[in-house]
Amino acid sequence: MTGFWHQIFNFADYRELLALVHNSLIAGAALGVVGGLISTFVMMRDLPFAVHGISELSFAGASGALLLGVNVVAGSLAGSLLAALVIGALGSRARDRNSIIGVLMPFGLGLGVLFLALYKGRSANKFGLLTGQIVAVDTPQLTWLLGTSALVLAALVVIWRPLTFASTDPEVAAARGVPVGLLSPVFMILLGLTVAMSVQIVGALLVLSIICTPAAAAMRVTAAPRLVTLLSVLFAVCSMVGGILLALGSSIPISPYVTTISFVIYLTCRVIGRARRLDSPIGNGYHFRQRIRRIGQPA
Amino acid sequence: MTPILAIDDATLNYGSRRLWSHLDLTVRPGEFVAVLGANGSGKTSLLRVLLGRQRLTSGTVTIAGRPAHRGSKDIGYVPQQRRIDTLTPLRARDLVGLGLDGHRWGLNLPGGGRRRRIDAVLGKVGADAYADRPVWLLSGGEQQRVRIAQALVAEPALLLCDEPLLSLDPRSQQEVTALVDERRRAEGTAVLFVTHEINPVLPYADRVLWLADGRFRIGTVDEVLTSEVLSEMYRTQVDVIRTGDRVLVAGLPDPAHFS
Repeated sequence: MTGFWHQIFNFADYRELLALVHNSLIAGAALGVVGGLISTFVMMRDLPFAVHGISELSFAGASGALLLGVNVVAGSLAGSLLAALVIGALGSRARDRNSIIGVLMPFGLGLGVLFLALYKGRSANKFGLLTGQIVAVDTPQLTWLLGTSALVLAALVVIWRPLTFASTDPEVAAARGVPVGLLSPVFMILLGLTVAMSVQIVGALLVLSIICTPAAAAMRVTAAPRLVTLLSVLFAVCSMVGGILLALGSSIPISPYVTTISFVIYLTCRVIGRARRLDSPIGNGYHFRQRIRRIGQPA
Repeated sequence: MTPILAIDDATLNYGSRRLWSHLDLTVRPGEFVAVLGANGSGKTSLLRVLLGRQRLTSGTVTIAGRPAHRGSKDIGYVPQQRRIDTLTPLRARDLVGLGLDGHRWGLNLPGGGRRRRIDAVLGKVGADAYADRPVWLLSGGEQQRVRIAQALVAEPALLLCDEPLLSLDPRSQQEVTALVDERRRAEGTAVLFVTHEINPVLPYADRVLWLADGRFRIGTVDEVLTSEVLSEMYRTQVDVIRTGDRVLVAGLPDPAHFS
């Protein structure tokens, strides 16, 4: 039994190990910030399924690059952006979008599996693309990750208000002159970049724990937009950095740690959200009164 | 007095179909004009033209002295009530805030002045009690009050209401219309009120623009809502029946939408 736990949590030589993952921690924190921000828009625009679809295509791109012996990050980016733009262009309505993603996703995953099967190199590289890796962030890669994070962050700051308007209230936003149609592909590109970054660290299968769960959790406890954003970033950074710190020393990939922290935060927020609904001014039996009013009304 | 809205000899085709032609309409500050007509008669297209989202086939539209254009700060827009997704991270005050500066680039910095303006307009429409409540928890009537605050917060000269009464219960319909009427009297905001529901707007409409099958009539309620005028426009027998303070229109080709 101790052997089992030892496999999952092993803090021997922790100080030395910590020095090794210095780069990963910085990358994780940066990804947490960007992922937390972008996930609020993913929730507002109802795109979690799209995130999953993009990450599978990103995986296909990365494994293709691995097979060809070219830059894996570039491959992952290419797959990601292509998927993001296709989904953005073809699926403006939710039903269209979901069916396109449902078609693209298994195809991407299948391609990725094919490339990996043909690849004769180290198997750790293969597994890492799907489930994440932690020690693998070298300095050039870190530079790339930080540069992309900065780019996404800067773009988000510029389009923040109109993107919020277009994402939550598209009809009135359009009436007020917000370029709703233009913001959509711009956001998909930013999302593609963020997904490609996440694939490098948490792996293609678990991107949603960074680009969906944090905001989904935050939206359970508050409707104040500024607080949702703040909490979402906080949750994402905690999951990323906490996941890396816990995974350190074990032989297990980073992703189960990240996803578990992220999931526990979500559950906690649901419980808090439910409790608040009963005794806060926001809730205060409001749902119940609404239901009574509806029953009392003629249909 | 210079008009807020001047439509001059305007024609709009939709593909090969003519929605309306040679339309002239001038709206003065504080005037309440109801736009009535069946589905597909070009009511929504008229609003799109005013919002600068659709070009006229011919003619001109001037709003507060300038040609209609996208993102005009002179226009406030009230859409029809529709369900807002559960858990959307917006409170009533945030929705109003979007009406104030949601179209601007950059971040929204917290500030006292902005907050005061939002509080003031929420107070004016009587929505202060639920200013901090999530918008998706609001009832239809409450949501429309907040929508009106959202449209008014930037102090527009012209208020465009696009079916704001749809799917509201009769009491909320009455309250929302009365609220719009109150604002135009207090602030001199001109109102163009597109609706299927005739009766809620009857007490307030200074004039009616009725669109039908490429034809239109403009005039006071008494001038337009008569059996003769409507029968002529629709080329079929239409009866306008007045009972007390209500009007019933019978015999329209598309009767389901009128009450």
